[in-house]
Amino acid sequence: MNLRDTLVLSLSTVASYRTRSLLIVLAMALGVAAVVVLTALGDGARRYVVGQFSSLGTNLVIVLPGRAETAGGFPGASLGETPRDLTLEDARLVGQLPQVRRYAPLNVGVAELTSAGRLREVTVLGSTADLLPIRHMKLSQGSFLARGSEKSAQIVLGSVLAREFFPDGRAVGQRVRLGDSRFLVSGVLAPQGESMGFNSDEIVIIPIDYAQELFNTESLFRLLVEARSRTAIEPAKAAITHLLKLRHDGEEDVTVITQDAVLDTFDRILTALTLGVAGIAAISLAVAGILVMNVMLVAVAQRTSEIGLLKAIGAPASDIRRLFFAEALWLSLAGGALGFALGHAGAFVIRLAYPVLPAYPPAWASVAGVATALLTGVVASLLPAARAARLDPVLALSGK
Amino acid sequence: MIRLSAITRVFRMGDQEVRALNGVTLDIASGEYVSIMGPSGSGKSTLLNVIGLLDRPDSGHYELDGSDVTGLSETERARVRREKIGFVFQSFHLVPRLTAAQNIELPLILEGVAPAERSAQVDAALDAFDLRDRAHHRPSELSGGQRQRVAIARATILRPTALLADEPTGNLDHRIGAEVMALLEALHHAGTTLIVVTHDRELGARAHRHIAMRDGEIVGDET
Ligand SMILES: Nc1ncnc2c1ncn2[C@@H]1O[C@H](COP(=O)(O)OP(=O)(O)OP(=O)(O)O)[C@@H](O)[C@H]1O
Ligand SMILES: [Mg+2]
Repeated sequence: MNLRDTLVLSLSTVASYRTRSLLIVLAMALGVAAVVVLTALGDGARRYVVGQFSSLGTNLVIVLPGRAETAGGFPGASLGETPRDLTLEDARLVGQLPQVRRYAPLNVGVAELTSAGRLREVTVLGSTADLLPIRHMKLSQGSFLARGSEKSAQIVLGSVLAREFFPDGRAVGQRVRLGDSRFLVSGVLAPQGESMGFNSDEIVIIPIDYAQELFNTESLFRLLVEARSRTAIEPAKAAITHLLKLRHDGEEDVTVITQDAVLDTFDRILTALTLGVAGIAAISLAVAGILVMNVMLVAVAQRTSEIGLLKAIGAPASDIRRLFFAEALWLSLAGGALGFALGHAGAFVIRLAYPVLPAYPPAWASVAGVATALLTGVVASLLPAARAARLDPVLALSGK
Repeated sequence: MIRLSAITRVFRMGDQEVRALNGVTLDIASGEYVSIMGPSGSGKSTLLNVIGLLDRPDSGHYELDGSDVTGLSETERARVRREKIGFVFQSFHLVPRLTAAQNIELPLILEGVAPAERSAQVDAALDAFDLRDRAHHRPSELSGGQRQRVAIARATILRPTALLADEPTGNLDHRIGAEVMALLEALHHAGTTLIVVTHDRELGARAHRHIAMRDGEIVGDET
């Protein structure tokens, strides 16, 4: 009996036991779909977190004044010593390091914004022109802080503030008052929404010099540095630490963190979670495999006299074994395909319901799900197929 | 040419032994028409199963068409069954899912015959057994006589040298039974060795050689 006939004959058998076949295919399909959907969820969560982090900037190195205590303290709050200020001059020298592409000093505070009779307390970011590319911000109107004009009184408004203060949409070129100083609106940020719990639609950005004057400080809140490449992140971190230690009389009184370290941790945790979830879903496939085995054993018992007949007309044991084997293959193939489709449909529905979650099933999970279905089905058929092939023809013919 | 010498087949049921065949020695020449008769339990079916290589004797020798088939492996026995033996059973043993034509086609599929040639041979068989208009019916939609005709068509599609029929008319009424016997006899006339096990004296008498069995032994052999 050749392969093609074996496949055709077993397919017609599978098709003629409709209810039985449907049941197995469904059980298999649910298992595969579970693997696909759950990994889509897990991987979607991972992508979401990674995406949130990268929206902060790529190849980012962040310098904070103060030493991060390993024993639970937080930066800038170490007891016993006052950390040295992180100054604009520090920032300028960091910017000259070869591993650094660009940098943006940052001061943050709160001030009253007034214009045309409206008044509101807003979060103020003081920085320079390079904040825009480093933080991947976009403008909807006008221009950002002009390069090299730190001394001119410009202000960039968050999109919500621009709409509140200038409902007619013409914010650029208008004058506003922030604290006691007057500023000229140079641009409006494009709406970005919440990112890492920080709403950039309700902030204003002014040149760093004005911010330091406004908040009466010499020390930077943060220094954002963009390394030249992903591989330059660690060298940049080392160089910055070294430079600032030299400038601060040999004291390591700043903390340099790289986003990658945090990101990697999240990435690892969520990948492990996805794998775990996929493993649990795969157990349902094993259950489907047991179902296949059980149903096939029943089928062998039901078709005993047919097996006897096949032997009587000259089918060798290997043909009988292959026939049952092929039946299992068809069933698990159909189950795998249906599960694949169901899983992807499920992931699509999840993406519709939660647009922020990129719940795309990873390719490895789809492949692994279908492959596991095939493997389970085929393994589960080994015993029934061997039992059928071993039947004594005389006894089988008499239905015993 | 079938040559059995001192064939014994013993069944063990718990601590009881049943000698279904007890030292059977028998020669059947090619093209003979033989009936086997005897009381129930005398070993007729067992003898037929041994001749058809479905069952293995516990001792003795079996020579088929000049070669010793006593010690053949299971796979080799399957091949000999396919090529040289055709079985016809009392209960037809058709595959219920398959149509008449597909049932007849089964041995060709097992033999690995190409599809085009298969359908030509099946068509010829459908014509020869007057089943043309029943080709696409399933066994449940066929009468007993039609079912047995499908079974005979299937048994002979690979042109076996011996046709073994175990009570082929047992499930059929008298008239249909006689028709089926006539079909088998026509195949005998075309040169096939025909061995029929039957309880029906009248049908048994139509054979050219009559073998009587009792308690696993041949007690009569008349021509
Ligand atoms: N698989 C088996 N296990 C145990 N005993 C068996 C088996 N097959 C046959 N026998 C016994 O062997 C003996 C011969 O059986 P066999 O079927 O050959 O008889 P038979 O002549 O065909 O009878 P019948 O006319 O009823 O078909 C009987 O006693 C039967 O009970
Ligand atoms: Mg019998």
